[in-house]
Amino acid sequence: MAAEPLDDYINAVAKALALPVEEAWRPAVRANLEVSLRLARLVDEFPLPDETEPASVYTA
Amino acid sequence: MTVSTDGLSAQQIAQAVTDGKLSALDATEAALARIAKHDSVLNSFTDVTAERARAKARAVDVAIAAGEKVGPLAGVPFAVKNLFDVKGLATRAGSKINRDLAPSTRDATLIERMEAQGAVLVGALNMGEYAYDFTGENVHDGPSRNPHDPTRMTGGSSGGSGSAVGGGLVPIALGSDTNGSIRVPSSFCGAFGLKPTYGRLSRARSFPFVASLDHLGPLARSVSDLALAYDAMQGPDADDAACTTRPVEPVTPLLAQGIDGLRVAVAGGYFQKNVFPEAVEAVARVARALNATQTVEIPEAARARAAAYVITTTEGASLHLDRLRKRPNDFDPAVRDRLIAGAMVPAPLVDRAQKFRRWYRAKVLELFKSVDVIIAPATPCIAPKLGQVNFVLDGVELPVRANIGIHTQPISFIGLPVVAVPVPLVPMPIGVQIIAAPWREDIALRVAHALERAGVATAPIPRGL
Repeated sequence: MAAEPLDDYINAVAKALALPVEEAWRPAVRANLEVSLRLARLVDEFPLPDETEPASVYTA
Repeated sequence: MTVSTDGLSAQQIAQAVTDGKLSALDATEAALARIAKHDSVLNSFTDVTAERARAKARAVDVAIAAGEKVGPLAGVPFAVKNLFDVKGLATRAGSKINRDLAPSTRDATLIERMEAQGAVLVGALNMGEYAYDFTGENVHDGPSRNPHDPTRMTGGSSGGSGSAVGGGLVPIALGSDTNGSIRVPSSFCGAFGLKPTYGRLSRARSFPFVASLDHLGPLARSVSDLALAYDAMQGPDADDAACTTRPVEPVTPLLAQGIDGLRVAVAGGYFQKNVFPEAVEAVARVARALNATQTVEIPEAARARAAAYVITTTEGASLHLDRLRKRPNDFDPAVRDRLIAGAMVPAPLVDRAQKFRRWYRAKVLELFKSVDVIIAPATPCIAPKLGQVNFVLDGVELPVRANIGIHTQPISFIGLPVVAVPVPLVPMPIGVQIIAAPWREDIALRVAHALERAGVATAPIPRGL
């Protein structure tokens, strides 16, 4: 059982992506991920029409 | 004996060179002498390309002697953030890791275009690692230092660009801006900075950060110089997938048109929160000078900033994924830990951020039906002290790094053109964003020019330099 709620997730994604996360880095990685997810939730909770296109640039 | 060109604008240097009153070589030697004299303090340069610069300057002088036409930047020294490819140098992008890259075999498009108009590259400039930075600090090269107070930050990530121009070492520098990295150092160092419309200027052969948001642009000590550089660099480029096919739209001839008839509004709500009194004062001075009495609310700006953050951290992580696996200990630890976290953000949240971007763009473009220009702070504060971690605002302690870009991010998120104009407060300058509709750099530059002529915006001369 991980000490922090996000630690299991960090372990799983690190393994899936073959990313090294040393124990000494974990608090900073976790803190950054918490900020990213908090800001992502702010976007996530905003209702958008299903037809909304992403804004990425691609021209065939 | 080196001729002094201290205090001369790019326009004045080019005129003197073209008229035969100053050689390009003397202008170049003068810039090299300024760098040699002051950069031990400012730490703005990571590479000084002296021999290349002398060779280019001699070529300009030979062309003039032969009666050939030289461009409007003849003999003008300039420097570039070290994420631009410079032939013969490894493009370090502020990192340790990239120093192992092979030397570039060709200059970045924008360097080629500046030099095609007679400008002379004198070096590459310090920056935050991989451009993921708002401070101008760099663990590998040391911090670039603020020319108005070397104990303070330059702002980032184009910190060397801000320092070199603000300190008068070169009249023009090029930088990049993903979330504010031209506008923040312009604000902290007292320079004019142009972040053009997304896609306006080619990014070819520059080291990327966030493809969705990366822009390149100039910093200068006057609006005329900013426009000269911008005009030299415009034009389509098949080597950058995001570069527009629009023709060159020169702004230099339009600067003197003035601002009669332009509708100017102050950004309200989000842009009036979390600001220090200096930022409030700077915006008020600009608003008064422009007779801007109207306030507009940019809708969902906080969410726009959040979405920009998500796209930045995830695209940045994607870019560096393999380096994070293979050389994690060679990163600045703070950058590494942000990027690793970015790699862990679930994909649907990134997709939603890109969809929100399109929604937000439509809403902001509606505003431009009733206004031509929106003004907003460039930074919430003057340059913090180097190494400063927190500041106190309205009794609340806030992290410096996370808050420096709060007013720039919602604007670059949808690629609007912005000129950051320096308001010369004492003891430190601070910038104000002049924001226009997409592809209307001309309007933002005309307004900046009017503010400069009115004495409201100016690049202050640093004390002691």
